[in-house]
Amino acid sequence: MDYNGFDRPAPPQRAEALHAESRSVKVMVAGGFGTGKTTMVGSVSEIVPLTTEETLTQASAGVDDLVGVADKKSTTVSLDFGRISLNEQLVLYLFGTPGQERFWFLWNGLFKGALGAVVLVDTRRLQSSFRAIEEMERLDVPFVIALNIFPDARDHPVEEVREALAVSPHTPIISCDARDRASSRDVLIALVRHIKERSAAALEPR
Amino acid sequence: MTEPQVRSGRPGLERYYILTEGRAAPVGDASSLDVATLVVACSAPEPGIEPEQDAVLRWCRDPLSVAELGAHLELPFNILSVLLADLLNRGLVQARDPLAGTGDRGPDLTLLEEVLSGLQRL
Ligand SMILES: Nc1nc2c(ncn2[C@@H]2O[C@H](COP(=O)(O)OP(=O)(O)OP(=O)(O)O)[C@@H](O)[C@H]2O)c(=O)[nH]1
Ligand SMILES: [Mg+2]
Repeated sequence: MDYNGFDRPAPPQRAEALHAESRSVKVMVAGGFGTGKTTMVGSVSEIVPLTTEETLTQASAGVDDLVGVADKKSTTVSLDFGRISLNEQLVLYLFGTPGQERFWFLWNGLFKGALGAVVLVDTRRLQSSFRAIEEMERLDVPFVIALNIFPDARDHPVEEVREALAVSPHTPIISCDARDRASSRDVLIALVRHIKERSAAALEPR
Repeated sequence: MTEPQVRSGRPGLERYYILTEGRAAPVGDASSLDVATLVVACSAPEPGIEPEQDAVLRWCRDPLSVAELGAHLELPFNILSVLLADLLNRGLVQARDPLAGTGDRGPDLTLLEEVLSGLQRL
């Protein structure tokens, strides 16, 4: 019987093995359907991006949550992810969330323990990321907004977008090209700077 | 009974059921497992161990995230959590939760600085 390679004597040698004492941090890439989440995860990852799944059954999800997912007894939610070694002993995992936000909450604690999140926005259809932004605010996850500029998008001044998205003046909004490694890295840098500032502000005596 | 869902080349729900002995969710330590939790084997596989548990131990000679394990072994997160709970309870693996930006003692600025300089070096 084939158990999917479980009969393999040993996994292939991995060049990119982590140091024995390694610790991890996690960052989420959220945003509406087709905004470039998978693309961004892939462009900055040092490993070929992978997908991990959660199988949801009627027992694990409220039955209501599965309405509309045909008459399935179970459904699968996929997370794309990549990895960035920050130094010898610290590795960052980047998770691209499913495009359908209603599945986020079926995956228990998906945003728990995350340093923060990037919310990708396609400026041609801002509304597709409304729900993601609302959820970040509700869960109190620090986030930055990354405007993924598609070729046929017209120019959107940042302040116009800020108003349309109704995000606080403290939330950074930056433009990016999710296909570009340096651009995606800069988005992550902006996120960490934002988290640091937020933390510093929280530490200030009132 | 409904047909178990079997995707081509993947174990079906029946196999999952056997692996987890019907448990839907892990208990104890592994209930806090995160997709970014790093798992590392503490010992070599023992004889008589389930093939999937054996595979976990082999993949985790060096630390590996639960997400990577799930992807390589093609096991869904909930099933993998149950397997890992067993291995944790038996002391065969160690799990390290992801470091958070804030904790009981407030934000971890040292960690954030470390993340920032790592990204700047990319
Ligand atoms: N021109 C341009 N195209 C992009 C960019 N980012 C993504 N794309 C394309 O847009 C499409 C959608 O990108 P994905 O990365 O799959 O988007 P996603 O957010 O993961 O989509 P879902 O997971 O389905 O919600 C793909 O065809 C990408 O090649 C970008 O920055 N510029
Ligand atoms: Mg995607």
